[in-house]
Amino acid sequence: MGFLEIDNTTKSYGAVEVLHNVDISVEEGEFLVLVGPSGCGKSTLLNMIAGLEDITSGEIRIKDNLMNGVHPSKRNIAMVFQSYALYPNMTVGQNITFGLEMHGVPKAERDKAMNDVANLLQIEQLLDRKPGALSGGQRQRVAMGRALVRNPDVFLFDEPLSNLDAKLRVDMRTEIKKLHHKLGTTIVYVTHDQIEAMTLSTRIAVMNGGYVQQLGTPQEIYDAPANIFVATFMGSPAMNVVPAKVAMANGRPVAHVNLHDGQVAELPFSQDNLADWAGKDILLGIRPETITDEDAADRKSSNIAHMTNRIVVTEPAGSDTFVTMSLGGKDVIARMRSDANVAPGADFMFAVNMEKAVAFDPETEVRIAP
Amino acid sequence: MSVASQDTAIRTGRVTRTLIYLVLLLFALFYLLPLYVMVVNSVKPLSEITGGGMMNLPEVFTLEPWAKAWSSAQIGVEPTGLAPYFWNSIKMVVPAVAISTVLGALNGYVLTKWRFKYDTIVFGLILFACFIPFQIVLIPMAKMLGIMGIAGTTWGLVLVHVVYGIGFTTLYFRNYYAVFPTELIRAAQIDGAGFFQIFWRILLPSSGPIAVVSIIWQFTNIWNDFLFGASFAGADSQPMTVALNNLVQASHGVKEYNVHFAGAILAALPTLLVYIVAGRYFVRGLMAGSVKG
Repeated sequence: MGFLEIDNTTKSYGAVEVLHNVDISVEEGEFLVLVGPSGCGKSTLLNMIAGLEDITSGEIRIKDNLMNGVHPSKRNIAMVFQSYALYPNMTVGQNITFGLEMHGVPKAERDKAMNDVANLLQIEQLLDRKPGALSGGQRQRVAMGRALVRNPDVFLFDEPLSNLDAKLRVDMRTEIKKLHHKLGTTIVYVTHDQIEAMTLSTRIAVMNGGYVQQLGTPQEIYDAPANIFVATFMGSPAMNVVPAKVAMANGRPVAHVNLHDGQVAELPFSQDNLADWAGKDILLGIRPETITDEDAADRKSSNIAHMTNRIVVTEPAGSDTFVTMSLGGKDVIARMRSDANVAPGADFMFAVNMEKAVAFDPETEVRIAP
Repeated sequence: MSVASQDTAIRTGRVTRTLIYLVLLLFALFYLLPLYVMVVNSVKPLSEITGGGMMNLPEVFTLEPWAKAWSSAQIGVEPTGLAPYFWNSIKMVVPAVAISTVLGALNGYVLTKWRFKYDTIVFGLILFACFIPFQIVLIPMAKMLGIMGIAGTTWGLVLVHVVYGIGFTTLYFRNYYAVFPTELIRAAQIDGAGFFQIFWRILLPSSGPIAVVSIIWQFTNIWNDFLFGASFAGADSQPMTVALNNLVQASHGVKEYNVHFAGAILAALPTLLVYIVAGRYFVRGLMAGSVKG
């Protein structure tokens, strides 16, 4: 039985069901990230855990206590909002202790808790200021302090970094991760940023259209996406998905993919179960970083395939160079070393790490291998 | 060429500017003229006015008309001056403004942060109150006050003004709270604050500008109201406006214009003061929410 249990939970507004039978079990100390495009229901789910939205059917339990219908303040949760939601008329100190005050904690205890948290987040010098006089990063810290001070069972974060500029966002990301390591708290975190999801989480729930598309560790999600949506949503640049045909060569399944000039490249699979698909069409998923030049190919891989294809565009990005080519009639991006010898219009021999290749059923868009 | 055209641009700018200021000055003088007449004539003996010098500055300066208007002028049958009626007005205005403002704030809070089904329709109905002419409700209101047993009392007047003012105050506060971030309310809910704690601790402290708008609006309207005062007040609860009318309309004896002028200024003074003290917040509050940031 999990620490936070979301059991067959749905949410409807009138006749419209926006969340469909969500089942997630979170262990104590886990960092679960709900990620998905806007309107996928991730914030609604978070608000249901918080008690800010009613649960239409199903159950949500924290530490085996049923939370349906329990007031937000009685769930022993704390929430950090996207806008931080600091009370503008109160000082930082009052903001942090307001929740304790509402729960009838005596003043001396409140002050002690406030000082501990301020010390932890290094915001002691801000305690007498009003939120209006703080920078974005400072407000973020205060908002986290307000959540931490209550020592809740579960922390809920609703896109807490999306109002910060790019550099500060990366800094605060590290900060949150450090805090999680240090305190070992259970966190549910909502974001639409797949990089945040990958870097912060111990587990990710990828959501779309009110369904949990896949629930797993970042590595599982990245290497074995459950379907085309997860494959293309997670990762930047997105996974290349190209039409291919399965054939047999020397008793092993291979993918036949059209090159730019109509010739066919033969890319052998590592997964034997694809033999069942021989003669059928599939969608082949290849991550950009698994298409490289020969020298940069993964030495540990047991299955490097080669193909010669024409380079359409090169985009040097400093650390990497992104190379676009036409494969299976689609634009496919390869992530090359910055010093790879590539030029637009030239033919180039690419090395494809087929160990990492993923195959999808073109009808259902569900993964069939690995 | 460009230099020349720039020159002419500045010159025409100056000319139009001077013209604008001249016109504005004229308008200002035009509007200040009545005040001048009132002030000047309230500090001269009656003989100077009846002598025909309405526009002249006083030859003999006297505050006697003010003293008389305040404390000894004949109002109706009693020579009480306006003083008791001034206090009547205060006793009516202060609770009426306070109650209608607080109720408007509560309405605005509920209509924006505790949404319920058909809340926009409820708000629309409340808005109707802003468009009901006073005269229509006179008879039903008199009946209601009679049933409740507060006809002819100050509290009856307070009730009438509160009921009439709620439409406006609700409109102000609802529009102000509509742009107040709902996340703050949710944060307070999670922090364990109840309905009224959120209202007093979070919402009201951030409502300064709109509260000033509501107070000024309600104060001037209720203070200046004549119709309800004349219709529903008893002999000992008549407000300032009714008393001023009785003073000026008295049909016996000599018309003491200097006393009338002093009385009229006395009656207008509180609203004038409110505007001077809180006027800049009024504009700020009206603008709030209309411009982002």
